[in-house]
This record gives sequence, structure tokens and C-alpha cells, in this order.
Amino acid sequence: MIEISHVNKWYGPSFQVLKDCTTSVAKGEVVVVCGPSGSGKSTLIKCVNALEPFQEGQIILDGIKVNDPKTDLPKLRARVGMVFQHFELFPHLRIIENLCLAQEKVLGRSHDEAMAKGDKLLDRVGLKAHATKYPAELSGGQQQRVAIARALAMDPIAMLFDEPTSALDPEMISEVLDVMVDLAHEGMTMMVVTHEMGFASKVAHRVIFMDKGEIVEDALKTDFFGSPRSERAQKFLSKILSH
Amino acid sequence: MFDNLDFDVIRRSLPYLFLDGMSFTLMLTGLSALGGLIFGTLIALMRLSGYKLLGRVAGLYVDFMRSLPLVLVIFWFYFLVPYIGQWLTGASRPIRVGAFTSSLVTFIMFEAAYFSEIMRAGIQSISKGQPAAASALGLTYSQSMRYIVLPQAFRNMLPVLLTQTIVLFQDTSLVYVLSIPDFLGAASKVAQRDGRLVEMYLFAAAVYFVISCVASYGVRRLQARIAIVR
Repeated sequence: MIEISHVNKWYGPSFQVLKDCTTSVAKGEVVVVCGPSGSGKSTLIKCVNALEPFQEGQIILDGIKVNDPKTDLPKLRARVGMVFQHFELFPHLRIIENLCLAQEKVLGRSHDEAMAKGDKLLDRVGLKAHATKYPAELSGGQQQRVAIARALAMDPIAMLFDEPTSALDPEMISEVLDVMVDLAHEGMTMMVVTHEMGFASKVAHRVIFMDKGEIVEDALKTDFFGSPRSERAQKFLSKILSH
Repeated sequence: MFDNLDFDVIRRSLPYLFLDGMSFTLMLTGLSALGGLIFGTLIALMRLSGYKLLGRVAGLYVDFMRSLPLVLVIFWFYFLVPYIGQWLTGASRPIRVGAFTSSLVTFIMFEAAYFSEIMRAGIQSISKGQPAAASALGLTYSQSMRYIVLPQAFRNMLPVLLTQTIVLFQDTSLVYVLSIPDFLGAASKVAQRDGRLVEMYLFAAAVYFVISCVASYGVRRLQARIAIVR
């Protein structure tokens, strides 16, 4: 579904953020990307739907080359859902309008169709009662659940999560993770940048560990948590699991 | 000292002052603000487009307009437009352009320079995550601008835009150099005709003052309301 091969990316002439990154996510697979901050994991996931350009290598998404100048990027992006660290709901639109806008403007669905879909998804994330509110009236956890619903409204073939719980207060993390776990159990293809190792051990098939722009370890979940091969991954794991 | 002043001249000329003069002033203000906002937003988008040449052209335009006194622009434009029109259409004689059209075009072009800077600040005030989220949903650049970025930028900037419009309302009085009967021009005409300069100019000043003050107060209230919603 997602094939990343030999991706190199520089900021400016000298600072290399991604170094020869190669990995893939198969259909229905859940892959967690972790690593210390500044390791390039968020940059990598943003390259997948071309929110970030990269200079070398290629990424193929459902058979379409992302970094081909001829690729219709808006069309391609519409097929992949993305959830951001800071939710990025549209503050001037009501919750239900947040869910309907792209359905109508991008997919060309009728207003009624979009509303029906939006209602269903809000119900699914447990926020049907908040449909007519504005994002600022919701808590962080609720906003992030709306953001997930907004992405799902486009019937995506895969979902990208960029640290979806990092900006949340601790008591709100589980309500968001619950939605993501359900999604994983339904067989959604997911690439998730997160520090939530509980989530990783529960639903991930594979774990990718990045450090300084490199993919240091790309292993099955059991192998990764059982006996990480690299010293850097061992150190990282011992640090975040010791609490 | 007020013995030889005759304030009845104001009462007698009220219909002319307001039905002709003020309606002209308000129409010129409204249309100029609307045109200036649209044209100004386009200039702001050009400056932020990332195309160097486009940005440079827009930047030069803004600098040029902001470096000239408005009254000079009004003056020059009024005399130049007929010849530019002649040159563009290849007519044998200078094109006749009405004083209203000429001053409207002048104000739109002049105000666009100021509105564009306000809109540029407004667009830059929107966090980069917003257009990124719009792109991630498959919206094109223009859809993202139209539905996500510009509505928020406009909302954030509304108080400043309205304040600039109040300044514009006062600036429209400069069309008197073209002998156009806007509110000040109308007052001036009556003043000259009846020899009541002090009365008429006092009254004109009072009217501009009251309208601008009330409008400013309205903007402040609006600002407070917007602040709560956010």
C-alpha cells in the first residue's frame, strides 16, 4: 500500500533530515513509527502524502508515485487520511461542517449525503451531541476524535497519524487511542507516529525505530519489544518504558 | 462673536447636503472599500504566492502607492485616465471619464495597497497547520484559500479593515479637488454661494466627527464580541 524507498531529504544545503529511508506498509497493516524527537519520524510520515517534499528516492502510494510532478496531489491526498498533533480542525466551521466540507468540495458528494456520513462518524466517535458546536468549545481529546472522524469521512484507503496524542492532557489520551484501536481492529491500514508503546504493543504489526533521520530498526512487534537489535533502540525503549 | 452667524443656512441646505453630498460620499466609500478589499486580497495573494516575479510586482505596486500623497494620485488620475483610455482603445480623442468613475478607480487602487498589507498580515496569522490540514483532505490550493485560510484571515482582520474604511470615509473628502459634490464639496458649494464659510465648515466637520466616532465605537464593540467567540 505504502512503499518508501531510499528517501533522502535535506533542509537547506547541509542539514539532512531523512537518510536513505526504506520501508513499507502493507494493506491492513498497522505500523508504529517511534524514536526520539528530531529523529525525522514526523517528516517521514508527511512525505507519504507529499505535505513535505523530498529530494531523492521515491514513495509509492497504492501504485501511484507520490513524487512524480505529474501526479494529481490533491486527488491522491484525498484518498489518505491524516491526523495531526494539534488536531487542526477548522475553527470557523461547526463540527459537522468540518466533516462535510471536503466530502462536498473534493469528493463532490451532495450535502445530504455528506451530512449523513458526518453524522454516522460523529456517532461512532461518540460526539454526535456536539455536531453544531465550534471546535473551540470541545476538549482536546474531543477535537482529536473529530479530526479522526473528519479524515474517515473521506473513506480513506489508509490513515496517517502524526503524534495524535502528544498535545493531549493525560486523561484524554485513552479516548483517542480507543478510537484508533477500534480502527486497527477493523483492518484499516495505518502508519502511526507515536510514543504510546501501550498502543504499539496492543495493535501494531510492526514497529519502526528512527534516530537522526535513519530507520535504525524495522521489526515485527514481538521482536522489537522482546529484543531490539540496535543499541540505540534498546536505550530508547529502556528510557520510555522505565516509568 | 456668533452674532453675525446664520445657522439657518444649514437647515435650508440639509436635503442637498445629505441626499446629494452624503449619499455620494457613502457610495464612494462603500464601493472603494469593496473594490479595494478584493483587489487588495489579490495583491496579498500575489505577494505570498512564492512566485518571485509576481511577489516583486505586487510589492512594487504597494510601495509606489504608499509613497504618494493621495490628493496627488486623485489629481493625476483624473487627468491621465482619459489619455490612457485613448491610448488603450486607439481612439482619436481622450476618452471622457466621469469624475465619479475616475475617483472610484483611484480610491480602489490606492486603498488596495493598504488593504493588501492588512490581508497579508491576516493570512500570515493563520497557522501553517490549517492549510496543511486542508491539503491533507484533498483540497486544492485555491479551495484551501477560499474555504479555510481567507475566511479566517478576514475574520481576524475585520476590525482593522473597518478602521481603515473609516479613514477611507474621511479621505474621500479629498475629491473636492475635482470639484465633485461629495459631502464636503456640497457643503463647500453652499458656503461659497451664501457666503457662510464658518457655519458650513463647522457643520461639515461636526458631521464627519460624529459619523467616524460612532463607527469607531461600533468597531470596538465588534472587536470585543469577536474576542469572546474565539
